[in-house]
Amino acid sequence: MGWLSKALSGNLGQKLIMSLTGLFLISFLLEHLLSNLLLLKSDGADFNAYAEFMKTNPVIQAAEYVLFGGFIVHIIYAAIITVKNKKARPQGYAYNKPSENSSWFSRNMGLSGSMVLIFLIVHLKSFFVPHKITNTATMTIYDDAIITFGNVPYTLFYVAAMFLLAFHLNHGFQSAFQTLGLRHPKYTPFIKKLGTAFAILVPAGFAAIPLYICFIR
Amino acid sequence: MNLTVKVWRQKNSKSEGKMVSYNVKDVSPDMSFLEMFDVLNEDLISKGDEPIAFDHDCREGICGMCSMYINGRAHGPKTGITTCQLHMRSFKDGDTIVVEPWRASAFPVIKDLVVDRGAFDRIINAGGFVSVNTGGVPDANAIPISKIDADAAFDAATCIGCGACVASCKNASASLFVAAKITQLALLPQGQVERASRVEKMVAQMEAEGFGACTNTGACSVECPKEISQDTIAKMNREYYAAKASSKNL
Amino acid sequence: MTKLDSKIPEGPVAEKWTKHKFNLKLVNPANKRKYDIIVVGTGLAGASAAATLAELGYNVKAFCFQDSPRRAHSIAAQGGINAAKNYQNDGDSIFRLFYDTVKGGDYRAREGNVYRLAEVSVNIIDQCVAQGVPFAREYGGLLDNRSFGGAQVSRTFYARGQTGQQLLLGAYSALSRQIGLGNVKMYSRTEMLDLVMIDGAAKGIVTRDLVTGEITSHAGHAVLLCTGGYGNVFYLSTNAQGSNVTAAWRAHKKGAFFANPCFTQIHPTCIPVSGDHQSKLTLMSESLRNDGRVWVPKKVGDKRNPSEIAEDERDYFLERKYPSFGNLVPRDVASRNAKEQCDADKGVGSSGLAVYLDFADAIKRLGENSVRAKYGNLFDMYAQITGENPYKNPMRIYPAVHYTMGGLWVDYNLMTTIPGLYALGEANFSDHGANRLGASALMQGLADGYFVIPYTVGDYLAGIGPKAVDKNHPAFKEAEDKVKAQTKKFLSIKGTKSVTHYHRELGRIMWDYCGMARNAEGLTKAKGLIKELKEDFWKNVKVLGEGEELNQSLEKAGRVADFIELGALMVEDALNRNESCGGHFREEYQTEENEAKRDDDNYAYVAAWEFKGEDKAEELHKENLKFETVKLTQRSYK
Repeated sequence: MGWLSKALSGNLGQKLIMSLTGLFLISFLLEHLLSNLLLLKSDGADFNAYAEFMKTNPVIQAAEYVLFGGFIVHIIYAAIITVKNKKARPQGYAYNKPSENSSWFSRNMGLSGSMVLIFLIVHLKSFFVPHKITNTATMTIYDDAIITFGNVPYTLFYVAAMFLLAFHLNHGFQSAFQTLGLRHPKYTPFIKKLGTAFAILVPAGFAAIPLYICFIR
Repeated sequence: MNLTVKVWRQKNSKSEGKMVSYNVKDVSPDMSFLEMFDVLNEDLISKGDEPIAFDHDCREGICGMCSMYINGRAHGPKTGITTCQLHMRSFKDGDTIVVEPWRASAFPVIKDLVVDRGAFDRIINAGGFVSVNTGGVPDANAIPISKIDADAAFDAATCIGCGACVASCKNASASLFVAAKITQLALLPQGQVERASRVEKMVAQMEAEGFGACTNTGACSVECPKEISQDTIAKMNREYYAAKASSKNL
Repeated sequence: MTKLDSKIPEGPVAEKWTKHKFNLKLVNPANKRKYDIIVVGTGLAGASAAATLAELGYNVKAFCFQDSPRRAHSIAAQGGINAAKNYQNDGDSIFRLFYDTVKGGDYRAREGNVYRLAEVSVNIIDQCVAQGVPFAREYGGLLDNRSFGGAQVSRTFYARGQTGQQLLLGAYSALSRQIGLGNVKMYSRTEMLDLVMIDGAAKGIVTRDLVTGEITSHAGHAVLLCTGGYGNVFYLSTNAQGSNVTAAWRAHKKGAFFANPCFTQIHPTCIPVSGDHQSKLTLMSESLRNDGRVWVPKKVGDKRNPSEIAEDERDYFLERKYPSFGNLVPRDVASRNAKEQCDADKGVGSSGLAVYLDFADAIKRLGENSVRAKYGNLFDMYAQITGENPYKNPMRIYPAVHYTMGGLWVDYNLMTTIPGLYALGEANFSDHGANRLGASALMQGLADGYFVIPYTVGDYLAGIGPKAVDKNHPAFKEAEDKVKAQTKKFLSIKGTKSVTHYHRELGRIMWDYCGMARNAEGLTKAKGLIKELKEDFWKNVKVLGEGEELNQSLEKAGRVADFIELGALMVEDALNRNESCGGHFREEYQTEENEAKRDDDNYAYVAAWEFKGEDKAEELHKENLKFETVKLTQRSYK
């Protein structure tokens, strides 16, 4: 398998890993959003039952490790590539106008990704850790969500993070296909539109739930 | 019109450089950007100052020698042209213009605005060719090629090797340069025999030269004087993964 | 007086090359690696020669002054490359290409060389296609052709408006492959500044590393000069800024004869000069004359907007004077006619030094999209430079110096008068006579490099044997010292005027007196002016900086010094040639219809000049041209 590790150690191999893990994480986001929609029901029974299923089903347990693996690999490779790319230009320009040739999102994936990572840590600490790891939660996960999202600063933090996620996805979604070489005049325009739609709708969906809980419900 | 030009001055590859400001008077809007530099240099010589070294040759946008980063962009504010094709009518009286060399660790500065782009040659030496010796080839019309493929191959083959892609990429990636050659030869029947080994060798050389990784910002295609498309990079990636998965080169 | 032996093989023209190839000595494959060959210049001729010789097994050292071999000025050729493939079934043949080229050159080229060129033209296309050169194709997948000036068949292969680029990148890729394999050692940003001779034969060169300033020498069994033409002697030309005569000129001063220096080609379709700042002229491919119509207003001094000038007030002078070739007359004829119209005060644009090239009819007939597909990049180029839209207004064009038919004298083997020194491509004089047809320069560069020199150089090498050249021979040190002394001299003058000043002055003299039309009075005057300029140069030139660094003024100083000397020889040659032929138009010698009037009785020869020492008159040697196959006639394109 020496050839495989060699193939994956170069720029293009590392980019392949970034794109595959990225697409995998994108699929997770969709699943997570759909389940979160259960929070909108006034009765928490369904959400709690779903949470219980996720917590105990052995297949899901296994998938969870894969998911964490996906996050970690995506983050580590992002760091490796970023360091390498910085080295490729040790001295920058005194005057640079990159906005003329590329979008802010595309150039700041590291920044948006890092912010999303910070959010992710806070987010895991709020729900995943007490309900899954330490089992120190004193109420159902549904009740916990209602209370947490009732907190205005927390909800605003959550919404801000979703904006950054949107930026990250807006470039990441179509970039993953480009890296894989899946580009063709027939379907690339569709992928780009789909990516933008995904980048807007999915984070908006996530943000809508705490906003609803905090301000409308 | 009168202008202020801020230029990177650096004596040689070992010394430190700095930005230096010059005033250029009586610039005609019909001058090319390099002709404005000629005027500035003549003025410097008359004052006993060393003229600014810059690369240039054909002055008609095809040799790929000129390489100035002007006001924050490779080859200046217009797209689809090289520095020598930029005319002063794109600027206004009183403007300040900042001119720097290409910046990349793989393109070390030799002097002032002159950089060493030997890395590009070494990438081509690694595999950017069809291995045919002179003589003993089939009749040209014995190899029919669909017009669509021939045109697409031509579009990729128009690369002039100027390095604007590297200069404008935030990662100093050479992907567009390498992808253009790989795409040209992968599209043509003549390139099929070495298709897999070519992409493996050229990509390996690109990495060895210290260029960054592509993060698909698309800046290279926008700044490319020949407007080579991002399609080529996708094609290179596809070729590379296919080669790595199937080539017999262990 | 050295007798010039052109070594043209005896026998019918169609059999000469085949017979000659058989008679040439061969170097056995195992011995080839014992020979070192130096190739200077990496354009079409140099890159193709270096690659091919390395493929054969020779050790090759290649040199170019640019930062990469891919940048040689062959890259800028736009229109196409001729080949007698007859793919269009329109009556083309090797003989017809040969005939057109001899006639196009106004009967001042060697029949033997030209026939060989036409013969190998078909191999060139095959070779380039095999390398992956993306020529234009028809929908059926086969190669497309276009027609070009001076021919009535479609034999020009092209890659949009960038044929030179694609062919050079093909040759560059072959060269790169050999560099990668270690068979060619490439020296870029390195300029040849002298030739090293041992016992009367070329055995090496002296070079300057343009980055460090280091002056060193390289030894070889043979030296190939593929250094292009000298059009920059005119300061303004379509050549690249770096194109120069230095390598050829320094070889000339070591004994290589310089042939027909006054034969320069003025290309009819260039963008007119816009002001004093101008550093170069931009060519628009001759292929534009396929669909563009050349005209001026009928009325003298008519400064109206072209759209206000009605059809019957326009003079389509080429179509009127040359009904059968129309806008596709050869370059010298088209250029001279444009000059004639401007001299008659019918020129257009603010300077009055331009004629219209109008695409309105083509756009009406084919549609704007079709015209865009054919000439899009040329139209864009025009728009960038002039700021005008050529789809709406006719282009303004004026002739500009483009190519030099003259060059180092070579025999049939491409060897100069110095044994072991060869000249290929535009650097030699041999194939285009007094006027080159469009799309023939690319053909000749590649013919020489791919298909002629690999045979002929072997004959010489087999003769001298593989014994290594003695690098310790005093000739190397001597030549190096001479170059170092010249560098020192430039830096020590510390005068008041820049190198560019002298270049511009020289250009003005050459264009005014040795340009599109020449006369004895003007040429005599030019002689004096150049002499004065030379004296002033060596007294007052100002070169700043040091020798041991990248110093672009110093590089240019050496080139301009050589251009000044060459300019003097061009004037001498033009004065000697008391006839008009091709690009050389002496006003005293013209027909009643103002066409070039040749004097075949007295001037059907190649004028080869021998350097006799600094500031001494050069000696003229004549190689009489024999026309055994083509009958000499007054060229007519009516």
